[in-house]
Amino acid sequence: MENFKNLLRTKKKTVISVIIGIAAFIICNILIKSGVLGRQGAGLLVPICINIMLAVSLNLIVGFLGELSLGHAGFMSVGAYAGCLFTIHANLPTVIEFPLALIIGGLTAAIFGVIIGLPALRLNGDYLAIVTLAFGEIIRSIINSLDFTGGAGGLKGINKFSNFNVAYIAAIITIVVIVNLVNSRHGRAITAIRDNIISAEAMGINVVFYKLISFVMAAFFAGAAGVLYGHHLAILKPGTFDFNKSIEILVIVVLGGMGSIPGSIIAAIIITLLPELLRDLSDYRMLIYSIALIVMMLSNSSPKFADFREKIASKFRRKTRKEAA
Amino acid sequence: MALLTVKNLGINFGGLKAVDDFSVNIEKGMLYGLIGPNGAGKTTVFNLLTGVYKPSTGTFRLDGELLNGKSPIEINRMGIARTFQNIRLFSNMSVLDNVKVGLHNHQTYNIFDGVFHTPKYVREEKAMDKEAEELLKVFDLDKEKDFRSFNLPYGKQRKLEIARALATKPKLLLLDEPAAGMNPNETEELMSTIRFVRDNFDMTILLIEHDMRLVGGICEEVTVLNFGTELAQGKTSEVLNDPRVITAYLGE
Ligand SMILES: Nc1ncnc2c1ncn2[C@@H]1O[C@H](COP(=O)(O)OP(=O)(O)OP(=O)(O)O)[C@@H](O)[C@H]1O
Ligand SMILES: [Mg+2]
Repeated sequence: MENFKNLLRTKKKTVISVIIGIAAFIICNILIKSGVLGRQGAGLLVPICINIMLAVSLNLIVGFLGELSLGHAGFMSVGAYAGCLFTIHANLPTVIEFPLALIIGGLTAAIFGVIIGLPALRLNGDYLAIVTLAFGEIIRSIINSLDFTGGAGGLKGINKFSNFNVAYIAAIITIVVIVNLVNSRHGRAITAIRDNIISAEAMGINVVFYKLISFVMAAFFAGAAGVLYGHHLAILKPGTFDFNKSIEILVIVVLGGMGSIPGSIIAAIIITLLPELLRDLSDYRMLIYSIALIVMMLSNSSPKFADFREKIASKFRRKTRKEAA
Repeated sequence: MALLTVKNLGINFGGLKAVDDFSVNIEKGMLYGLIGPNGAGKTTVFNLLTGVYKPSTGTFRLDGELLNGKSPIEINRMGIARTFQNIRLFSNMSVLDNVKVGLHNHQTYNIFDGVFHTPKYVREEKAMDKEAEELLKVFDLDKEKDFRSFNLPYGKQRKLEIARALATKPKLLLLDEPAAGMNPNETEELMSTIRFVRDNFDMTILLIEHDMRLVGGICEEVTVLNFGTELAQGKTSEVLNDPRVITAYLGE
């Protein structure tokens, strides 16, 4: 009976998520078609989806594996260039070419995920953060100096294939894949490594494999997000994928709560909209991010605050359970 | 043949011989105690047997298979599981999930099954839940299964570590001071749980403990370590009455 109730509860959660997902899709489409959003508003929907993909995938590394990565923009750029170069040179029907480009961008980034995942096997904490940071910057300078990437002038002539529907589906796939992964034995292994690597090994968890898988998966979706990004703006400039972009993604993850996927989604929406809503403050954007980051980090690392949050959360849980009963 | 045979195991840290020439045979189904004063090298023996440290001398075998030089991961898969003196739970995961991590290698669904929640995933997860809940019941933790493990009281955290180790289905279970921090009632209860585990899971258990009532109450044989070397070995009642052992514990 207890089991059955649990099953119902998890089923209910899934059903609610699906309903929210479909409703958001329909509402956005109505808003676009009816012109309520205007061109500027509609133009923000794709970037929102892109940032959701970036944040949810980075959350796998930062929130679930528990490693600090400052090179997510690097994965994004590798994917973006691979996917965009593909659509520039390929001559296939769009319905085939664009999805293929997303996959190619994702896979290319995934290869780099292995490359950057390897040092993650030996390093952690600050050291890994510095290595990933360097990775992002190296990628940027390489793209800057190559010819076929368009160099510093940027890669031009990219088709504007990205639209809300494609971006939305890509974001949903990202969310479903990562949420499902996290709720499987593989995701538990990843979280176990975060919580205590020594006991994870003592439980026979293949730490090397799961660290690599986390980096590869996260890189894949960041790369695909990059492909969407390129086909949204129709131009790629290496400067876009600098350290600030990586920090922006990290800010989204931290604000949304490490290890919380719904949090990442909501924070991605807010952080994408914020600069548009507060145009006057755009000069202070990085400053605001930094302050938000410091406040979150301090409050997260304070045991008193954690206790307080846990208390509120448990009260809330009890309440909803009572209501459900 | 004994389940665990340890021959002349030793390790140095710098100049310190933390464990020196340690040998023991543990028969299948036995409850074996490892005792000794603070800093005697007991935990170091566990770290050697689980591959955390590589021995500088000696060998050890489980069921005849040579294990020294293997990694902690391989050693766990070959049948040795442990708990830690300073509790090392997956503190932000639920009590149930802690045990399910222990069950990890006994499930076969791959990443693809996990990502797409295939029927195989559903089937194996259900079986895992059932198995984990049964294990929690043995340790009277089933009511707390949805708690985050760091919210458990100390004694229950120790029990959860044992449940998690058992979930890996070992042949040999190593318990490092399982009763540390428990009150006499809890210790009493733990003793019967350890006996229950041995009898019902067909388990062989090697445990480190300072609580002599526990050691005297449930261990059939013991080894006493002092400054890394073996001071006495044999039937518990005889060893505990050995004058040399009493001096080692009380000091000269
Ligand atoms: N990694 C290490 N490096 C250096 N010295 C170590 C290391 N691990 C243990 N030691 C030393 O080895 C000796 C034995 O330590 P060990 O932890 O095995 O003792 P113990 O018998 O478990 O003691 P306790 O009852 O206090 O738990 C101690 O002197 C300790 O300082
Ligand atoms: Mg010890």
